[in-house]
Amino acid sequence: MIMQRCLPMSVFLLIACFATVAFASPFHNHDQPVSANRELEALSNRGIDWPGASQIMRVATLQNYNTRLVVLSTTILGTASGLIGTFLLLRKRSLMGDALSHACLPGIGLMFMMMGALGGDGKYLPGLLLGATLTGVGGVVLVLLIRNTTRVKDDAAMGLVLSVMFGIGVAVLGMVQAMPGASAAGLEYFIYGKTASMVMQDFTLISAVAAAVTVMSMLLFKEFTLVCFDEGYASTQGWPVNWLDIAMLSLVTSVTVVGLQAVGLILIIAFLITPAAAARFWTENLKRMLLLSGMIGAISGWLGSSISALLPRLPAGAVIVVVAATIFLMSMIFGSSRGVLLRMLARRRLNRKVGRQHLLRAVYELIESRKHPEMSDVANVAISMDELLLRRSWTRSELEKLIRIATHEDHIEYYNGKLIRLSEPGFGEAARITRNHRLWEMYLIKHADVAAAHVDRDADAVEHVLGAEMVRKLEEELVKRGQALLVPPSPHTIITGA
Amino acid sequence: MNAPTHPPSVPLAIDDLTVAYHRKPVLWDVDLDIPEGKLVGIVGPNGAGKSTLIKACLELIPKASGHVTIYGQPYRKQRSLVGYVPQRESVDWDFPVSALDVVAMGTYRKLGWLRPVAKEQKELACHALDRLGVAHLANRQISQLSGGQQQRVFLARALVQDAQLYFMDEPFAAVDAATERAIVTLLHELKDQGKTCLVVHHDLATVAQYFDWVVLLNMRVVKAGPTEEIFTKENLKDTYGGRLALLEEAGQRLRYAGIPGSYPGNPGRSQ
Repeated sequence: MIMQRCLPMSVFLLIACFATVAFASPFHNHDQPVSANRELEALSNRGIDWPGASQIMRVATLQNYNTRLVVLSTTILGTASGLIGTFLLLRKRSLMGDALSHACLPGIGLMFMMMGALGGDGKYLPGLLLGATLTGVGGVVLVLLIRNTTRVKDDAAMGLVLSVMFGIGVAVLGMVQAMPGASAAGLEYFIYGKTASMVMQDFTLISAVAAAVTVMSMLLFKEFTLVCFDEGYASTQGWPVNWLDIAMLSLVTSVTVVGLQAVGLILIIAFLITPAAAARFWTENLKRMLLLSGMIGAISGWLGSSISALLPRLPAGAVIVVVAATIFLMSMIFGSSRGVLLRMLARRRLNRKVGRQHLLRAVYELIESRKHPEMSDVANVAISMDELLLRRSWTRSELEKLIRIATHEDHIEYYNGKLIRLSEPGFGEAARITRNHRLWEMYLIKHADVAAAHVDRDADAVEHVLGAEMVRKLEEELVKRGQALLVPPSPHTIITGA
Repeated sequence: MNAPTHPPSVPLAIDDLTVAYHRKPVLWDVDLDIPEGKLVGIVGPNGAGKSTLIKACLELIPKASGHVTIYGQPYRKQRSLVGYVPQRESVDWDFPVSALDVVAMGTYRKLGWLRPVAKEQKELACHALDRLGVAHLANRQISQLSGGQQQRVFLARALVQDAQLYFMDEPFAAVDAATERAIVTLLHELKDQGKTCLVVHHDLATVAQYFDWVVLLNMRVVKAGPTEEIFTKENLKDTYGGRLALLEEAGQRLRYAGIPGSYPGNPGRSQ
């Protein structure tokens, strides 16, 4: 409980801390203009320049004002996009973010033209961002319009709007660059991003948006979750689904717009979606997913911009995306909740267990069939391989593999290719498995309307996921019915051989 | 046009309801008055508009014409009296929430804006899960639930709303026998509390057993009324039309339905 309340709070505090640090110290470092210039150069220079240890140290400890500005900005931006990206992903609107960001470009060009025509500074940033927001939102509205008024599906509408708006944007930028007297240099940074051009104003803007996104995600957590999970139900409960969607997309828009300069409009979608997609591999809990996604976004932003500051040939936006993709790849493989590796291991374990149970039960049932009718105990005698082979639909090599594993697990004492004998623990285990199996079979016969002829196959599948608790319950059930416990006789005739 | 008035004792009154998808009407001139405290089965062939009827009542899809009144008032004013169990397939169960989280969604409306789910709501949700016999699954991630368990979670979510009138869209579809029994028990509990349930139902064999009222629907209301009067072979023929094979099957099932304990199950739908 406390944990859950603290998690979003700590994200917020983290951002607040970053903000304080960055606001407090710009003056502190002005006495190092040389290194400042060097790193600023490094951010814009395209020459080969491998960093030394001291340089890495300086970037890592954020000693330079510009580096600090860029690194902190991208870290905060990563946190915010990770948070809101989670909801975007769960709402299955990932591509909407892409349509939105591409639709920002015409707005930038048009606003530049307008501001220039009115005699102002064409590159006045808030103006440009306002233009980006307007056409970005226009793009989203267009997608919704196309979807709601025609039979064109979501993905086609988004693809259409995305490419058309981007095309218009590129055309407008071309026109702007051809205009006499107006220096449009720098506008193309919005396409691929250029962190080196970031100033204090960007940082302030990003921090403000990140704070808003964090607070809104916390406040509207319940509402956003409901709309993402079941919009129909949400609407019957009187929640304004459309307005909640608009609120969500507004947050996405604001993150996109302030992130344009950092990673550029083509790559911002990766910043929104990748952390959330990576976080999903680690958890089944939405609150934890949000926190993780924010953290992965922050780490991507921080590492990406730091590496870019050290390796001037690499633009920050691209490096950030690559870092995020690396984290995604790691999560996909090693993720503790749905990672590929974990699933593979689990399946392998299950297969081994199933194989072991099949082998031991087959051997036990053979031994049992040898039992002297007047003796009550089943004795651990050797079994011939050929007979065992006929028990199930396994090939000799499959069976030999199972025997190898069982020998390794100390369940088989003796095997010479013809005869096979269980060890003491193996015999005990075989008796236990056979007993569980029969308990379950009987349970199915008594309780479910499954024909007795089909029980064997069903039981094979269920028994292997049967825990100790369930077995105990079955025992009680059967004791109540006064049935033998040790190894109850099989409820159907065992087919011996073929 | 004047909206017809209905006394506040009628849980659901539908007047001249027409619904169309893409210019093609799927429900024509539906007129229905559902009495209080009944378990009502909505029965009809595929594409008859059973789900559409429910969705139109809940304003999830636009009406071409007509009025829906719930306890004498339009739905917008009576949301708190209405519980909804959507089709299980209508949501993505691979969503990072637990069974308890989903059930707690039923309390959101009373909880209101911005306030987080607290202990009280969780207890309500736990209680609802308990009533459906799946309290032990409260913390399980919803994708790990079986079909029947998912259906019970959806029912628990509606239960937590403590509504008067319940709309259930195919709650018996593809569930195990134990879940089917749990749902039937729940329906009877609700009925005993004077609540009304409208249930879209597929399995003709169990209609007479489960419901005391039926609505036979095929793009229009063929017949509606008490099961023993309405659920007859002639009316079923009118509902299912010339689909002879299906009719034959329906006849078979009717025969089964008459013999207690001989319910053969529905191999196409149950697991």
